[in-house]
Amino acid sequence: MRAVIFVLLCCSPWGASSTWAVIETYEFSSPDLERRYHALSQELRCPKCQNQNIADSNAPIARDLRVVLYEQLQAGASDDEILAFMVARYGEFVRYRPGMDRNTVLLWAAPGLLLVLGAMGLFAHFRQRSSQVHAALTDSEKSEIERLLQEPRA
Amino acid sequence: MIPELGHVSLIIAFVLAIGLAAVPMWGALRRDIAAMNTAPSLAVGVTVFVGIAFALLAVSFLQDDFSVAVVAANSNSLLPPIFKFSAVWGNHEGSLLLWVLILSGWMTAVAYFSRGLPLVMVARVLSVMGMVAVGFLAFSLLTSNPFERLLPNTPLDGNDLNPLLQDPGLIIHPPLLYMGYVGLSVPFAFAIAALMGGRLDASWARWSRPWTNVAWGFLSLGIMLGSWWAYYELGWGGWWFWDPVENASFMPWLMGAALVHSLAVTEKRGVFRSWTVLLAIFAFSLSLLGTFLVRSGVLTSVHAFAADPERGLFILIFLALVVGGSLLLYALRAPSVASRVAYGAVSRESLLMVNNLVFIVSTVVVLLGTLFPLIMDAFSLGKYSVGPPYFNAVFVPLMALLMPFMAVGPLSRWREDSARRWLHELLVPGLGVMVVAALLGLLGKAAFNIWIAMAVLLSGWVALGVIKDGWRRLSSGMTSGLQWRRLSPSFLGMALAHLGFAGVVLGAVVVTQESEEHDLRMALGDSELLGAYRFELQSLGQQAGPNYLADQAVFEVSRNGEPIAILVPEKRRYFASGQIMTEAAIDASLWRDLYIALGEPIGDNAWAVRLQYKPMVRWLWLGSLMIGFGALVTVFDRRYRSQAVRNPVPQTGAKAVAS
Amino acid sequence: MQAKKFIPLLAFVVLAGLLFRGLSIDPSELPAARLGQPFPEFSQPELSTGREVSVEALAVRPALVNVWATWCYSCRVEHPYLIALAQQGVPIYGLNYKDDSAKAREWLTQLGDPYQLNIADVEGSVGLDLGVYGAPETYVLDADGVIAHRHVGVLSEEVFQRDFSPWFSLGASLSEIHGEVGVE
Repeated sequence: MRAVIFVLLCCSPWGASSTWAVIETYEFSSPDLERRYHALSQELRCPKCQNQNIADSNAPIARDLRVVLYEQLQAGASDDEILAFMVARYGEFVRYRPGMDRNTVLLWAAPGLLLVLGAMGLFAHFRQRSSQVHAALTDSEKSEIERLLQEPRA
Repeated sequence: MIPELGHVSLIIAFVLAIGLAAVPMWGALRRDIAAMNTAPSLAVGVTVFVGIAFALLAVSFLQDDFSVAVVAANSNSLLPPIFKFSAVWGNHEGSLLLWVLILSGWMTAVAYFSRGLPLVMVARVLSVMGMVAVGFLAFSLLTSNPFERLLPNTPLDGNDLNPLLQDPGLIIHPPLLYMGYVGLSVPFAFAIAALMGGRLDASWARWSRPWTNVAWGFLSLGIMLGSWWAYYELGWGGWWFWDPVENASFMPWLMGAALVHSLAVTEKRGVFRSWTVLLAIFAFSLSLLGTFLVRSGVLTSVHAFAADPERGLFILIFLALVVGGSLLLYALRAPSVASRVAYGAVSRESLLMVNNLVFIVSTVVVLLGTLFPLIMDAFSLGKYSVGPPYFNAVFVPLMALLMPFMAVGPLSRWREDSARRWLHELLVPGLGVMVVAALLGLLGKAAFNIWIAMAVLLSGWVALGVIKDGWRRLSSGMTSGLQWRRLSPSFLGMALAHLGFAGVVLGAVVVTQESEEHDLRMALGDSELLGAYRFELQSLGQQAGPNYLADQAVFEVSRNGEPIAILVPEKRRYFASGQIMTEAAIDASLWRDLYIALGEPIGDNAWAVRLQYKPMVRWLWLGSLMIGFGALVTVFDRRYRSQAVRNPVPQTGAKAVAS
Repeated sequence: MQAKKFIPLLAFVVLAGLLFRGLSIDPSELPAARLGQPFPEFSQPELSTGREVSVEALAVRPALVNVWATWCYSCRVEHPYLIALAQQGVPIYGLNYKDDSAKAREWLTQLGDPYQLNIADVEGSVGLDLGVYGAPETYVLDADGVIAHRHVGVLSEEVFQRDFSPWFSLGASLSEIHGEVGVE
């Protein structure tokens, strides 16, 4: 739903004649290459566009990068080699899946870290609360309360 | 004249909103009954005048008054009337007016349905909503006046509505989404009012709960419609892109999901009060944050407005006042003494907190991913992009983690339960789904897919948990036979939403794993096999629409020689803007969609064509519909029917009442 | 009152500060990935002469490398300013990017030629190695042949004075000499 607020398209950067689907008819030497082509073209960001992968963009540079991607795949390059090639020319910006580096450690670690911290907090909380459950329920305490309530006030 | 009347009407609404923000609040402070009593009438007054302004803007669109700047920029005399009407909110200024209209609509609804509530509560709630209205009306009047004229150089015709927006889905999608976004202001206002009054109890939770459920239900429906629209209109066949603007609507939804569940605990058990208040503040804050992200241009999105720092600064200041003020109030007034109610680590309370944990971590992760490029940029650490691969990688495990607990939750008891009892209740469903998943792996024609097996396992687990719970309700009790009356709207809503969630997960995994796509050149008479389906290009032609000319290709789809459907994808050129649009043709069914989109013509009578087979893609939207309607259904529960002041706190959890 | 209850407020203050900073950042501005690296190797015909040139041909340094094409409207806008710069003695190499060479030669004949030489990059391969994503773009090649700066979009006197002065110090303002040249 690339569009939640397409309402906002009002002053959209999608210029005239740029909103048709990109459909190209590459012939791949194997279905595996075709699969990798689709995966990589969706993982690479078009450097010029607002926020589109090169698979969906009609920008000329996106078209060029698709050609490069196709040629490199056919030439037998690995995914990592292709990504390195793109990053060398267009920077980390072109990767929708940021590589692990000093800056992105937090980004990648955050979900696990938050979950563990949260779970520890919850666990501590419940241990404390559940001790109250039993504390509040012991029969001796109940009878103690009864006794106190029935005691005539001084 | 009409635009000027609209402008005046908007100014009157602004003045009334200031009154609403000030007078009842002052009355609540001084215990002045007359001042507090003005709240409902002022709320209605704001609604009436915003309504008039909105209607007059709509009239300007319908009458093709191109002297009005937004009409000239977003409409055209050839545009069909229904799209002239929806063009009112197909732009920044008009959509802001819709925002305020919906906000005032919610205020009126609160005024109407809360007559049984303590006056001071109603006065504060409406006053807080009035403050929000003041901010947005000021925003509209000062930076984004929808009635601005282009005089004396009035254009002869308008620029036309963006063709992407000329679609029935887009007529109802923004209003639904805004109903959700803005509706979250109601639990927010209740939370603020409760903090002010120092009365943060279970009755507060019971009052704000139906509003939260309704708002969240609308938000679910709005998001679902957007996803569906993107699927059929953009020609890519994708249904979720993790674009910042999508995330802006998804974060309030995630936080809302946590709030809906946390309110259940607070209402039933009177615990987690501070926590629930905080979630109510967060949920609406994320709505406002979304508005900021979308309209300020700090993030690049396919559909953000043109960057306007002035507007951005205005919303940011407003955001700081509303959110900062609320959180300060929270810090000062939220009860710091934990409630004395006790519960065990194995209880419904604990399960609902697991839900909260997962949804909040999800929200933070989506927020972090969305803002990460901005954070790096702000500290000059480089340019990064965070896109679908990241979000999928972190979001899928989080949802998978949630699901095992989802089946147990509805069956579990408040206060203290036992794992042994859970095992007893869920042994049969658990074994059942394992057998189904295993059979699927063994019998499936395609190769065993671990992801689909997992999805079947988890979704089946959730669904069977719900069904088991329903069965238990129906069959338990003194009398024999099925007790249909035991299925309260609360239970039915929950069941519907949980089943819907299971459906969405299953659909999402299957369509992601098993979709087939083929881009190829097809000439007249060519045919192509995709899976079991044969697509034959039978004819090519042209068709004129009201404001466009379309190239059409007629495909016959057949399976095993049996014709299934005739599909006619189009490529349209719109006259006014010269924009070209792909109109995909889709043969939809419960188990699979067949999807054809046209690319560009290649040579004589040949086109670049995209054929797609999308199994179970409908489950995404059917499931979302169930989530949305489920949330709406809960409002019909008997206990919300009269919002009179009663003592609603059941102190013992022995009765496992529907949440 | 507990300190713990101020955590959400504090978190929000940090967030609001970030968003405020965000208002003054242009998210679409993209620094060149090749900054600090030598100009990439290439072997392409020169536009006018047709002889093969390589990176050694970019010998006069520091210099500008200007990416242009006849299909690029903004390139026409900045062209007069490039001519003014060349007259001031700033060496400019052209990268004729994904263009029709005949049209490009005609353009230079009609509008004047500010370039020392032009790399005819018909396929866009030099542009790709350089990380070009559109035209016009202008790079600074410093005395060591290292890419030191990139400007995306129309080069104007204002931009030049602001961003390019570390490498090229021009005495007087060009517009004082030539009248109003630059962006139209």
